[in-house]
Amino acid sequence: MSLLKVENLSVRIAGVTPVDDVSFSINAGEAFALLGESGCGKSMTALALMRLLPSGGRIASGGVGFDGAALGTLPESQMRSLRGSGMAMIFQEPQTSLNPVITIGEQIAEALPAQMPGGEQKAEVIKLLQEVGIKNPESRMHSYPFELSGGQKQRVMIAQALAGRPKLLIADEPTTALDVTLQAQILQLIKRLAKERGMALLLITHDLGVARYMADRVGIMYAGQLVETLPVDPDNGLEGAFHPYTRKLMAALPSLDRAGQRLAAIPGRVPSLNQKFSGCRFADRCAHVFAPCAETPPAWNSLDQGHAVRCHLAGQPDSQVEPEVAPALKVIAPSEENVLSVRGLCVTYTQRTGQLFGKKSIRAVDGISFELSAGETLALVGESGCGKTTAAKAILGLNPISDGNVELDGQRVSQLSERQFKPFRRLAQIVFQDPYSSLNPRMRIGEILLEGMNSLKVGGGAGRSQAVAELLEKVGLDPSAMTRYPHEFSGGQRQRIAIARALAVQPKLLICDEPTSALDVSVQAQILNLLADLQREEGLAMLFITHNLAAVGYLAHRVAVMKEGKIIETGTTRDILTRPEHPYTKGLLASVV
Amino acid sequence: MIRYFLRRVLYAFPILVGVNLITFFLFFVVNTPDNMARIHLGVKHVTPEAIQQWKAEHGYDRPLFLNRERSGFDSVTDTLFVDRSQKLFSFDFGKADDGRDIARDIKTRMWPSLAIALPAFIVGLMVNITFALLIIFYRGTRLEYAGVVGLIALMSISGLFYIIAGQYFIAKLWQWLPISGFGEGINAYRFILLPVLVSVVSGIGSGARWYRTIFLEEIGKDYVRTARAKGLSELRVLFRHVLKNGMIPVLTGAVVVLPLLFTGSLVTESFFGIPGLGSYTIDAIRSQDFAIVQAMVFLGSVLYIIGLLLTDISYTLVDPRVKLS
Amino acid sequence: MSFVPEVLWTDALIWLLVFACTFFALHVVRTPVLRSSWHTVLERPMGMASLVVLGVFVVIGLADSLHYRTRLDNGQLDVEVKSILDRALVQLKQHTERTYSAPLATHAQARETIEKPNGGQAREKPRLQFGGAHLADPEKEWTGDVLIRMASGLSYGLIASIGFVCLLTLTLNAFWRCGISHAFSRLWRPQDKDPAWRSLMLSSFLLLLVSGIIFSLADGYHVLGTDKVGQDVLFQTMKSIRTGLVIGTLTTLVTLPVAIGLGLLAGYFRGWIDDVIQYVYTTLNSIPWVLLVAAAVLIVQVFIEQNESSFSSVAQRADVRLLALCVIIGLTGWTGLARLLRAETLKLRELDYVTAARAFGVSGPRILLRHILPNVQHLILISIVMDFSGLVLAEAILSYVGVGVDPVMNSWGNMINAARLELAREPVVWWPLVAAFSLMFALVLAANLFADVVRDAFDPRAAGSSGANS
Repeated sequence: MSLLKVENLSVRIAGVTPVDDVSFSINAGEAFALLGESGCGKSMTALALMRLLPSGGRIASGGVGFDGAALGTLPESQMRSLRGSGMAMIFQEPQTSLNPVITIGEQIAEALPAQMPGGEQKAEVIKLLQEVGIKNPESRMHSYPFELSGGQKQRVMIAQALAGRPKLLIADEPTTALDVTLQAQILQLIKRLAKERGMALLLITHDLGVARYMADRVGIMYAGQLVETLPVDPDNGLEGAFHPYTRKLMAALPSLDRAGQRLAAIPGRVPSLNQKFSGCRFADRCAHVFAPCAETPPAWNSLDQGHAVRCHLAGQPDSQVEPEVAPALKVIAPSEENVLSVRGLCVTYTQRTGQLFGKKSIRAVDGISFELSAGETLALVGESGCGKTTAAKAILGLNPISDGNVELDGQRVSQLSERQFKPFRRLAQIVFQDPYSSLNPRMRIGEILLEGMNSLKVGGGAGRSQAVAELLEKVGLDPSAMTRYPHEFSGGQRQRIAIARALAVQPKLLICDEPTSALDVSVQAQILNLLADLQREEGLAMLFITHNLAAVGYLAHRVAVMKEGKIIETGTTRDILTRPEHPYTKGLLASVV
Repeated sequence: MIRYFLRRVLYAFPILVGVNLITFFLFFVVNTPDNMARIHLGVKHVTPEAIQQWKAEHGYDRPLFLNRERSGFDSVTDTLFVDRSQKLFSFDFGKADDGRDIARDIKTRMWPSLAIALPAFIVGLMVNITFALLIIFYRGTRLEYAGVVGLIALMSISGLFYIIAGQYFIAKLWQWLPISGFGEGINAYRFILLPVLVSVVSGIGSGARWYRTIFLEEIGKDYVRTARAKGLSELRVLFRHVLKNGMIPVLTGAVVVLPLLFTGSLVTESFFGIPGLGSYTIDAIRSQDFAIVQAMVFLGSVLYIIGLLLTDISYTLVDPRVKLS
Repeated sequence: MSFVPEVLWTDALIWLLVFACTFFALHVVRTPVLRSSWHTVLERPMGMASLVVLGVFVVIGLADSLHYRTRLDNGQLDVEVKSILDRALVQLKQHTERTYSAPLATHAQARETIEKPNGGQAREKPRLQFGGAHLADPEKEWTGDVLIRMASGLSYGLIASIGFVCLLTLTLNAFWRCGISHAFSRLWRPQDKDPAWRSLMLSSFLLLLVSGIIFSLADGYHVLGTDKVGQDVLFQTMKSIRTGLVIGTLTTLVTLPVAIGLGLLAGYFRGWIDDVIQYVYTTLNSIPWVLLVAAAVLIVQVFIEQNESSFSSVAQRADVRLLALCVIIGLTGWTGLARLLRAETLKLRELDYVTAARAFGVSGPRILLRHILPNVQHLILISIVMDFSGLVLAEAILSYVGVGVDPVMNSWGNMINAARLELAREPVVWWPLVAAFSLMFALVLAANLFADVVRDAFDPRAAGSSGANS
């Protein structure tokens, strides 16, 4: 008998159907992961189970059965008593998910069963905090959330979820907002607690690795629908997946083994959900599309025990999905031409202190040195706050340098005034992490691409619009994009535009600051492919700033690991990823699940 | 803490000097002492000697910014500006045109002002918060829409209308309360009720609407969803979680005007004949008594700066994240 | 009779503003983001209705902003400056009684001693010169006459409404090209994303009915009575519209450059520039606003008195004072918007697209112009429409304090100020107050509702919630 049974659930909000006809069930003590890219409806499904949909959203059809009760028709007062004690939820953003002006002890106590007497409550809170690995729980329970680190806050969130002794724990991207090094710890904690308490777990995630590590069974969502459910094989993980989308997703993951190959990218974009679908929602992006795909929505086909898929191919006799082949690319060795040379770079901030007129300085970058040649990619790896972005901005002359030396293309550029620096600006350009804040929403794409050429006097007046068209084609966009505004493009397309903008002034060095960490797996593959192509064609030197070690393995020639403003280890990618020496690097690699 | 106060006082000083400079510029540079003398003396008596004498009597016989007759440091200090500023900073406001001591007037008139403004402020705050919470509680229903439109209508009515309508209906037509005036002792409350009522009602529209926006912003935050996911009731979510956060901007926003309550409300006091600082100011404006206006400007600025200081302190009291530093 | 146009200062600025608004409208039409935001304003019934009411006020205000002087028979210019509105309402303007009379009255408010033809004297209410003068026996005929006039006014309104709907159908048909009958039915059953046509038609219908009744009655009566000196109150309230609009808009014209300039500079360049600008606005903020305005207005008053001779007409003097008032309120009221823009600029300057522009060596002023200013536009717009109503209300307060517009100028503040003691009279004279308060309420309510809709449409915080993660 299953604990949670979701049948044909549909959610409507503001004229859109973000969840459409989703059915699955979770047994007591089982861990189930809903896996999908952003916008596929996985979080909305979880919120619908809790009946906590954002205002304007409602369950349009279908039913949810939980522990013998039908949640759809339950009066709000009974639903409320079910929240916390029946099913509890952990959210993605520990920074904002705790009330900032109430102590964590009180917040956990609120979630305890109401009839518990005061004295017992305190003991229970301390026990819970201990259980989730918070040290000194007696004093910590009087802390406010702002006094805790991000990882500790997520532990408090977990303690809070456990307080009501729920039978089902829903974890919505519990580690996405946390640093890589914390990911494994938090996931292990959740896994251990679920096992100890016999809780069922519903994990919402976009990360194949996380789903494979945590779940007994995985459901893959695409465009508001569940397209495949399959058990996780202890040895092969999700290798047995059938749906072309699932297989593409797995092939799109970058890794050290795939270095020098083209990643499998899914063409096109996820269809918008405010339309009626006549056939398979994946049809126009699918490599295996055939006659019925466009006309009839696929039905569920059962393949093995617990493995079902919503795909027309599965209905075909002797259907066999051949493995994704990644074509190998011609490898070009970096040249000897030195493009960037950094010697003892220091960046210092001053911060006002409590003293009258008092100031203290903080060293964000503390004497780093490295070299970079044309056609070479150096990955700068580290946790958030380690100074890697600050260093990049300092190299570009966007942050003042307090000490050290930067040479671009053999010319010293550190300690120059804005005016003196301008002639060197075209040598180095940058691509940012967030594709939404990196393009001015009030400028047309053409104007965005022209800005750098105009400012740095690259190319002649008439040739420039021709150059814009060529740039757009180079990054895989139609030249007609020129007259449109950024909001008309998806995240991946915007990132292409941002790359085109940087290339517009024909730089020799391209700094990529977490260029794919805001993107979905399939889009990430497109961007990584594009960057690899560009480097091969243009001989660009790339400084690749990231915390994503898989992408590093795929793209970089060399790696430098940064911690607290210093480079602690550097070497070739293969050496660092397979034989790390510094304990911090070892920890970093171990934290990837 | 003491260091913090020291710094704030040091910051406040240049602001007061700036205020002083602005009022001084408005009053004496655009409208020179010679002009003032002419206006006060009337057309008939204007002779150069009479002007000089008037200026000497009223302390305007020094140059404005630069005394060329003195040398060195004194050429800057022995001027009307420095003299006036010194007096203002020591709260010596001088005499009004009718010869009364302004400082003494202010001391006696601030209490009636406070008697109206303080109850109006406190009752108004509570009423506005109540209305805002009610509208928030019924959000997503037609009642909310009606409430918001009602608030917009209330804030579209001129403040003068509330006063005039209140006086006409409550005092004149139904004769429940005296139409205006101010009394001492046990019956004083009868004179206070109507102005307070009018002030509260005229403030509901904008006040409750503003608080609603604040609470609404809080209610959209992630921690509210967490609280609901814990199975807390809607009332508990509203009162314990939303209100506790929403009250931070509400209270600190209210604290800044607290000291200014001493200066009262110009229009209310004038309409209801309250012998407070508001009507004092309005009378001064109408009779063009610059000395009083300048004193009130200075007083208002000092109280505003005290209000800013109180705001900072109140933040540390209600928001655990803020420490004085 | 020839005439010479007379351009007052505020006239010139108002038409400049109209010009600027037209320019902005063209810019909106060309920019898809702005166009869609404005479209959502029009889709909301409340937005459409308040826009119609505001439009009527604006048309009246503009008609009152075209001034001229007639050339008298002796070849000299008339001392009185008139506007197109005066010309249109000439009947109301010239039909002055001797003193108070109630709305639609035929007799004066107070008894007077009247010489009887037979030589005796009697205390009675005299007949009005114009109000109901066409009635032979007011006591019997009055009710019937008023009802007939109202009915005919209603029918005029009805006819005009039908005409309006026809005109609207024809215009939209030219746009949609779907046939007249289809266009007509689409007006009543709007498709998705159509402007709120029904709201437009309903509000125009009501306005046309009301104005039909008023004008039909105004032909023979004083619809809103007369004041102390016998002037028609309806005429006065209509003339006051321009004053309210001028204060609500021209003040913003003064505020904007200061607020935008200082707010953006402080937020973008930080450092000592920020310190200086913050110092200036904290200082200005710390002075009680009414006192600051009062002090400045008193100075202007002194200045005007000293230069009395340089004004060729009363209207010109009043106009200069009105302009001065706008400048004063504008120069003292920029701090709120400047602070808002400073905070927003501090946020925007850290965004990646600004960093990207800096990496291209784009200069500071150009970044402000190309990257920051277009992205704070919505804040500026919201603050303009939100401030408008507050300024209209503030005029009344300032006039009461004695530092408002010139006492000879028609304004709601002056009307209220003059009439507030009349409630103490027996019998009560309530109509000037009610007239002034109601029209002011109508304008301010329309503006506030409009501001609310505009804020919803333009504030990214209100709209941004739908863009959340799955």
